[in-house]
Amino acid sequence: MNYKKMFLFFIIICFITIGFQASKTPATVHAFSPQVIQHGAVGDDVIELQARLQYLGFYNGKIDGVFGWGTYWALRNFQYEFGLDIDGLAGKTTKQKLVKASKYDKQFVQEQIKKGRDFTYYGGVDKEKQTTPSKNQANNTNNANDTNAETTPTAVNVPQGFSQNDIQLMANAVHGESRGEPYVGQVAVAAVILNRVESPTFPNTVSGVIFEPRAFTAVADGQIWLTPNETSKQAVLDAINGWDPTGSALYYFNPNTATSDWIWGRPQIKQIGKHIFCK
Amino acid sequence: MIRWILITILTIGLAGVAFWGYQEHQEKNAILIQAENSYQRSFHELSYRMDMLHDKIGTSLAMNSKQSLSPQLVEIWRLTSEALSDVGQLPLSLLPFNKTEEFLSNIGDFTYRTAVRDLEKEPLTNEETKTLEKLYEQSGDLKDELRQVQHVVLDNNLRWMDVQLALASTDKQTDNTIIDGLKTVEKKVEGYTESNVNSGLIGTSSEEHTYQFLKGDNISKDEALEKSKKLFEIKKNANLTITESGKGSDIPLYSISYRNGEKNAYMDMSKKGGNPISLLVNRPIGKEKISLNEGLKKAEAFLKKNQLDDMAIFQSNEYNNVGVYSFLYNQDGVRVYSDAVEVKVALDNGEILGFTARNYYMNHSKRDIPEPKLSKKEAKAKVNPDVKINEEFLSIIDNDIGDEVLTYEFLGVMGNETYRIFINAMDGTEEKVEKLGGTEINFAANF
Repeated sequence: MNYKKMFLFFIIICFITIGFQASKTPATVHAFSPQVIQHGAVGDDVIELQARLQYLGFYNGKIDGVFGWGTYWALRNFQYEFGLDIDGLAGKTTKQKLVKASKYDKQFVQEQIKKGRDFTYYGGVDKEKQTTPSKNQANNTNNANDTNAETTPTAVNVPQGFSQNDIQLMANAVHGESRGEPYVGQVAVAAVILNRVESPTFPNTVSGVIFEPRAFTAVADGQIWLTPNETSKQAVLDAINGWDPTGSALYYFNPNTATSDWIWGRPQIKQIGKHIFCK
Repeated sequence: MIRWILITILTIGLAGVAFWGYQEHQEKNAILIQAENSYQRSFHELSYRMDMLHDKIGTSLAMNSKQSLSPQLVEIWRLTSEALSDVGQLPLSLLPFNKTEEFLSNIGDFTYRTAVRDLEKEPLTNEETKTLEKLYEQSGDLKDELRQVQHVVLDNNLRWMDVQLALASTDKQTDNTIIDGLKTVEKKVEGYTESNVNSGLIGTSSEEHTYQFLKGDNISKDEALEKSKKLFEIKKNANLTITESGKGSDIPLYSISYRNGEKNAYMDMSKKGGNPISLLVNRPIGKEKISLNEGLKKAEAFLKKNQLDDMAIFQSNEYNNVGVYSFLYNQDGVRVYSDAVEVKVALDNGEILGFTARNYYMNHSKRDIPEPKLSKKEAKAKVNPDVKINEEFLSIIDNDIGDEVLTYEFLGVMGNETYRIFINAMDGTEEKVEKLGGTEINFAANF
């Protein structure tokens, strides 16, 4: 019985779509850019995707411009309800269906995001009722005027289990320890910090490892508080995402300045830049 | 004559005093930094543990079996006590921070009470589940506040020593973000207490395997250089340096680095068989021209080219115009979590920026995968009924004691959160429950 109903529903939708297709010339997708949007993506297309899904009532999360799990399930539900292939990818057909089924007031949505307001975008509800004035509106009125610029998403992707702040703290340490080193040398220092977090003989938090007394010279002499550059942040991200140029090293030292004999006795893995990495 | 002697003595004395003073000053600075560091450590650990706490409570909500719930509650209990000791170490004696401490110890009490009890005989009551849900929500708010303060602290390079000075001085005008932020945190908790009186998975293997899958003969340095040129996509030998790994390395490696202007690259290649183990290219990235999805195609093509077959995409993420993709080895439709490969693609021109297959080569082997004893339906019945299951897979993961087990993997939704739940396909044990995050409020954009 249920199946019959579904089938009927499906047929009706098919006819409606065909009817539309016949009566109108096929509408081109002029709203989205031609990219296939997938899990993990960020940017304007994701904002539009979230807004349109919310308009239809599939997406209840925040319109933040990052394709996370909430968006993923909303998209899959949409694809299910509209009889599309359920793959969680916003490809050409899916986008066409979405554009047809929903309205997208780009200016309104982007303005809300730029002004940092809490807002929703459900269809059939007065838009003005779905937004609240933000607390820091005054700061942002300037950049709200240039509508051509890309909107900054209000969320960011972070590796599972890490906050932007953990990344920032590690970047500080990496910058203080190895700012003169080549890029891999910086990834390597970040990897050593992470290897220590994993190791049972060291503290099991990032901050614990970094601030462990006498562990890092940059911490002891305050160099950790120099402002890190983008490169060190990038290096930290790479290390968190799985790159370990050191081959699971737990220690490293600079052979020109190392004073302890103990460190020379550790089994060495390799040298990157000025640092020798060892187990 | 006497005058000269006097002058000499005084000069020496002055120099001595100056030297002593300088040393004192150095010492004072060193101690200051040390004190500052220990404050910083407690503070960053506090916010990290708050985050963990929120995560663990969220995960415990989706757990069904008592065997996994009890350890989880113990874990939460442990975290609260650690967070409490972090709070205790902060120089907040002059700031009323006791509500937060109270909140933490409430969570601790609740989880202790429920964890030591035999949940088999006396499962969580509805009321207790509600309490847990409430704690989850509140710890979430608290975590966000703390993370926001932490962001400000890191961004503006704020010192705890200054906080202490600001707290000690009666001057109310000083704009101290840490204090203001922490006061907000404290206010937030104040609102909770009354309503509340009632009460790394992928690529990891706990065992270090021995790269048994690396095959082939040892290659020479020249062969390694030749291979690396192909992978770096360069023609000439110039700017390349090659070194061999030392005796501490798990397997003998060649490390090849390349430097040319703004672009530099680094690669580890196994001597045996000449397989690239990891590759990293660094260069400035331009404006995004290709989508995350097109980047995925590039990554897949790269894996094909390097004879890594049967790799299935596991997750993709975009950070600053770079696409990062994780792949899992797929043997006859079963995903193997320990055999993971990561690829990084520049989204300005589609160049491969990075590749790491350490985990893959370390753990990979041909496995005998048994037939599951449980049916999919039986396994589903083991999952918390409140979780709506949307996707399902068969996977091999390393469980808590480090054994590889065949599991049914379910991706499901409860409330606004997505969970990954692994049910042992042989005996139905709830092996792992994971709350999936992966996105965060952009603190920098909110200010």
